[in-house]
Amino acid sequence: MSAPARTVSARSLPRTLTSQRARVGLYEGLTFYTFVAAFVVFCLAPFAWTLLTSLKGPTTIFAVPISYLPAPLDLANYRDIFSLDRFRWALLNSTIVASSATAISLVIGSLCAYAIARLNFPFKNLLLALVLGIAMFPGIAIIGPLFREFNAWGLTNNYLALILPNVTFTLPICIWTLTAFFSDLPAELEESARVDGCTRLQAFYKITVPLAAPGVFTAAILLFIQAWNEFLFARTFMSQPTRLTATVAIAQFEGADISAQYPWGQITAASIVITLPLVILVLLFQRRIISGLTAGAVKG
Amino acid sequence: MLAIWPRRSTQEHAEARLGLLMAAPAIATILLIAIIPLAQTIGDSLFHINLKFEDAPRPFVGLDNYVSALSDDSWFNSLRITTVVSVASVVVELVLGMLIALLINRSFRGRGIVRASVLVPWALTTVVSAKMWAWIYDGRYGVVNDVLIRLGLIDQPIIFLVRPELTIWAMIAAEIWKTTPFMALLLLAGLQLIPHELYEATALDGASRWQAFWRVTLPLLRPTILVALLFRTIDAVRMFDLPRVLTNGGPGKSTETVVLYTYNTFFTSLNFGYGSTLAVMTFLIVVLVSFVYIKVLGAPTQGARR
Repeated sequence: MSAPARTVSARSLPRTLTSQRARVGLYEGLTFYTFVAAFVVFCLAPFAWTLLTSLKGPTTIFAVPISYLPAPLDLANYRDIFSLDRFRWALLNSTIVASSATAISLVIGSLCAYAIARLNFPFKNLLLALVLGIAMFPGIAIIGPLFREFNAWGLTNNYLALILPNVTFTLPICIWTLTAFFSDLPAELEESARVDGCTRLQAFYKITVPLAAPGVFTAAILLFIQAWNEFLFARTFMSQPTRLTATVAIAQFEGADISAQYPWGQITAASIVITLPLVILVLLFQRRIISGLTAGAVKG
Repeated sequence: MLAIWPRRSTQEHAEARLGLLMAAPAIATILLIAIIPLAQTIGDSLFHINLKFEDAPRPFVGLDNYVSALSDDSWFNSLRITTVVSVASVVVELVLGMLIALLINRSFRGRGIVRASVLVPWALTTVVSAKMWAWIYDGRYGVVNDVLIRLGLIDQPIIFLVRPELTIWAMIAAEIWKTTPFMALLLLAGLQLIPHELYEATALDGASRWQAFWRVTLPLLRPTILVALLFRTIDAVRMFDLPRVLTNGGPGKSTETVVLYTYNTFFTSLNFGYGSTLAVMTFLIVVLVSFVYIKVLGAPTQGARR
């Protein structure tokens, strides 16, 4: 049962057996790729169906039995949604809220992550517990007071009312991703910068941040996606039609012509437009996103 | 040596001060937007506050709201639904995610495609996914019905989102679709940390692949599994977007989750006192679930996700 014995027995296999092995390998490969293909279809089919629907005209969408392919191809749904003020505002609002929240969260989060990764300071464990707590925090537990206070301060329908909660709830993933990146950077570079006369803070933003640029970028993508997808606060703190974010707009979508049949063509088109930036980000940066997402979980 | 001591201690002091200073903005944000409002919610939960009537008195009622909650059928209904949805979706996600992770834990051609397609459901906005599934489940033009009819499994289309006994499972299926791929990704990352030599060693000991899975893979993967389960369970307990957009809790109250019921108490009934009570109870449920995972099962607490 020792290793060398096995190698010998494998080498002395008769020819017929080896070709049998090859056939088994082929079957295994076929089964393997069948399962993999099934999994890919499982992941993509609903999205593909939405895309196909969005490219159909009203008669093709509401045909019974279903016609699967968009023939004839019809871009009217996309024209219609972009002619809606509400939808154009929604895209703009989501962009403003998600990018501001991402930027602020990155600044606040990178300072905090650096402190966690490099410095010894009191209450560090308390801070880590606080960050973990925020990652699991149910937004519903604070929505009442925030709603009343934002009303009192005149912040409803103000971007700040969404940016602040988004910054708070994106902080955990920002801090985790960046702490992992900062810890992986060699401390010697900062030390030599300090020997050359830099202060600790200077060493941080002159040496560490530029070196951690890939990490900062990964964090930025993750935060942006999270803020872009936020719904609970956006639905609650914004009521003006010109202040709705994309998620709220699509949830309340009524279409260009309210008297018409439920506007599935426009809804699917709007879904595609809202999702497209995220899907493109994901496809371009899949490696980084996956390593950013899983780093904390498996190293923990 | 003696000369160095005082200098080092001032240095340590400076380091501690800088550390606190750098963490201060994050701590302040968390205090301002999460901790203080949470305290306010707890405070509000002890009052009768109804925003329908601007000038109505807001008397202090102590724990009355909590007593009401304990005899509130709607709340228990929502608790039951949240439990069913959480347990069913998390269990299926774990099993499916594990199978997928084991399957793709090797190098093969087309790995990049698999990885990219895994991320699509994850990145998709939940609200968009809910609308998408509403369309897929549509009683007349839905693709699910069309496929089932073509396969000869049913004669008449099923109107999924109108029959309570089906709606909740339709919702769970949509949730599973969105989160399983990510679960697989997380488990795959954990699998890749298990050194290959361990499997070779167990194979030499004559263990079957099945035994190797139970004796090597599962124990070593335990921390990853626990982190994934912790965050997925908490997410399921907090579920709001999907039921709000897919069914709005209906038909009847058959998909009204705890958070959706609480939200409606706040913003439909405008009952901010009782709403705060339900919000505090939701918070306590989350605390309880994470306590069980972290303290009882020993989940590592430095996790990332989403």
